[in-house]
Amino acid sequence: MERMVQTEDLIFEYAKRDEEGNVIGSYRAIDQVNLKVEAGQFIAILGHNGSGKSTLAKHINAILVPTEGTVWVGGRDTSDADELWNVRQSAGMVFQNPDNQIIGTVVEEDVGFGPENLGVPTDDIWERVEESLRAVGMLSYRHHSPNKLSGGQKQRVAIAGVIAMRPKCIVLDEPTAMLDPSGRKEVLRTVEELRKQEKVTVILITHYMEEVIDADRVFVMDHGHVVMEGTPREIFSQVDALKEYRLDVPQVTILADELKKRGLDIPAGILRKEELVEAICRLK
Amino acid sequence: MSIKIEHLNYIYSQGTAYEKQALKDICLEIPHGEFVGIIGHTGSGKSTLIQHLNGLIKAADGEIYYNGENIYSGNYNMKELRNQVGLVFQYPEHQLFEVDVLSDVCFGPKNQGLSREECEKRAREALRLVGLKEKYYQSSPFELSGGQKRRAAIAGVLAMRPKVLVLDEPTAGLDPKGRDEILDQISYLHKESDMTVILVSHSMEDIAKYADRIIVMNQGQVMFNSTPKEVFAHYKELEAVGLAAPQVTYIMHELEEKGLAVDTRAATVKEAADSIMEVLGND
Amino acid sequence: MIRDITIGQYYPAKSILHRLDPRVKLTATVLYLISLFLFKNVSGYLIATVFLAVIIRLSKVPFRYIMRGMKPVVMLLMITLLFNLFLIREGAVVFSAWIFTITEGGLRNAVLMAVRLIYLITGSSLMTFTTTPNELTDGIESLLKPLGKLHVPVHEIAMMMSIALRFIPILLEETDKIMKAQIARGADLESGNILQKAKSMIPILVPLFVSAFRRANDLAMAMEARCYRGGEGRTKMNPLRYTGRDRAAYGIVILYVIGVVLIGRYVPLHIWIF
Repeated sequence: MERMVQTEDLIFEYAKRDEEGNVIGSYRAIDQVNLKVEAGQFIAILGHNGSGKSTLAKHINAILVPTEGTVWVGGRDTSDADELWNVRQSAGMVFQNPDNQIIGTVVEEDVGFGPENLGVPTDDIWERVEESLRAVGMLSYRHHSPNKLSGGQKQRVAIAGVIAMRPKCIVLDEPTAMLDPSGRKEVLRTVEELRKQEKVTVILITHYMEEVIDADRVFVMDHGHVVMEGTPREIFSQVDALKEYRLDVPQVTILADELKKRGLDIPAGILRKEELVEAICRLK
Repeated sequence: MSIKIEHLNYIYSQGTAYEKQALKDICLEIPHGEFVGIIGHTGSGKSTLIQHLNGLIKAADGEIYYNGENIYSGNYNMKELRNQVGLVFQYPEHQLFEVDVLSDVCFGPKNQGLSREECEKRAREALRLVGLKEKYYQSSPFELSGGQKRRAAIAGVLAMRPKVLVLDEPTAGLDPKGRDEILDQISYLHKESDMTVILVSHSMEDIAKYADRIIVMNQGQVMFNSTPKEVFAHYKELEAVGLAAPQVTYIMHELEEKGLAVDTRAATVKEAADSIMEVLGND
Repeated sequence: MIRDITIGQYYPAKSILHRLDPRVKLTATVLYLISLFLFKNVSGYLIATVFLAVIIRLSKVPFRYIMRGMKPVVMLLMITLLFNLFLIREGAVVFSAWIFTITEGGLRNAVLMAVRLIYLITGSSLMTFTTTPNELTDGIESLLKPLGKLHVPVHEIAMMMSIALRFIPILLEETDKIMKAQIARGADLESGNILQKAKSMIPILVPLFVSAFRRANDLAMAMEARCYRGGEGRTKMNPLRYTGRDRAAYGIVILYVIGVVLIGRYVPLHIWIF
């Protein structure tokens, strides 16, 4: 099976400029990252603000190209100018700010924006629009103005707009950072449904640990490096290290860790409250 | 510096086709020096409510008393009210505009009519309180990082030396460490400078850690108004309106259902751990 | 709440006019406006009145809505009326008091000018009442396409227009938020002379511009991520296609314009002084 995404010795630097625009130095946002994502996986990239996670995400759909090293998406080199639009069609991206990625004045027109750009024939566009809106549960809102939707609903429309382009991989760059808890739940549920139905590769960028519980693999970034890598359980069990990297685990994990430190025999890497309740009851 | 709200009502777009009652018969009292958390889902009216506290929005009917004076009485000085009740909006960094950070923080004191020296003095004081280093004072506010911009914006309100500080979701968009830092700073300010703090948030877990009292808003009305422990005891009702008690509350209740005599009113990790250790130690 | 206001006063209804292709409506409006200036006789005005009345009826837009569109121009109307009334000296004197003299010529000109202005505004409002902003931009883009041969960026202009339409309510709401935040810091936006008021807008305008640029940046990235690369190779979800109804409408408008100009120029009719 061909790898969905692969980066090799990826380095990304951007120039620091003074007031006149003269280059006065460079800042290395991504430092020697080697990432492998298989098709169909659910990958989470965690990190604090400034860790480089969003910068890394933007390499996957060639919004940024490496300063050094290579990024392959679906077998294509992202720095190859001829493959640019193919890369972008195969790796769709949903951004953090719900308003700033919706272009249409009517929901269904926004979802059709991507297919229009790809030159899809008119009738097929409508088919894709309906399919995508149904997949995210927003078909009944098709004639609505985006202005009247909640944050969670807007993000679902944005997701529909991306899957209407039939990508192999969806990158979600902090999709819930600007949402309230119910909006967050809405979006994550939609992503989970999509994974099961459409079988796309999902790469979720976030700083909320509770969102990565169901991921196949988690990468933690700090200062441009990947500092931790493993299954959610493996990552969650390292509570102190995560705190060092400015991340926070769900209360249940902290509680489990605290009880463990006080001598109770609790397994490491507790992710859900059911697991903790069970573990404590076993000690009765 | 207490605030008393009596039978407050507010209606959006009154008289048009889009009319909506945003606040219904709100009765609240916030004594001086308290740390109050206001929680509610989007549309519950919490942001509308706090904009009444400094007179930005005028109630349709009802009264608001600041320090015993009715702010809707004839010649009440609204400008003075805004000096006393500082309001930090969501994403406050969007209000930054000046050439450098220090000037922007001086904007508030300048509007209060203070001398240049006094303005700068208060600005520096405020910037120190939010933990922004001096080397940034002469930088353009647009050169700072997201977290730094937010601190500068909060300093802009603190520089006015308000007696009541109202913050609308001050941790929105920040990463976990950033969130902890801002909340710790606010808690520190509350203890050190005897300010009343009103914190609007989505996160029960954040509020539980710092607030003396929690006001839960639902559909424009006050649903609960009491201490964190008492509010979380109603966790099932909270869930019914789309809010959640802190995770530990659920854990403790489930443990109790399974036969462990834990303290179901534990609201923080420490309290929960203490209680569990105690119960298991006695077995 | 500001987000609920529709720009351009579109009035949703299911009328024949609503269903017409926007290109027909755009072209018809322009021709109608031009025709208003090509005749002087009362006979022409009568025909124009009948035509307008029929169109208003067909549009299913309530009369008071249309009158609301006149509100911003009431001032202009008054000035035009008064100027013509008192400054044109032509023909017999109709009324005279102190320094004010109204002649027949003045009265005639004033009324006809006012009528022309009212019909002008009503005609163009009807177009915006019955056409959504999206349809308008699609229509304009299509009509201006020939200019593309002269290297005018027609598609880009249309895209800019529709993005502006999408973001105007958002920016209005943001302006409101920024104003509130600065007022909370003691800003005074109301008192003072013109200079002071202008200065007090700086804490509003600077953050607004910064925000607008940030949004533009985000949006550009999102558009590129969805493979936007300009107008080439793009297909449309709602391509504009003429139907029989549209062709008939073109026919009717052309007939009207020829008719009203001919009658208005060559068929004399006298009602009182007109």
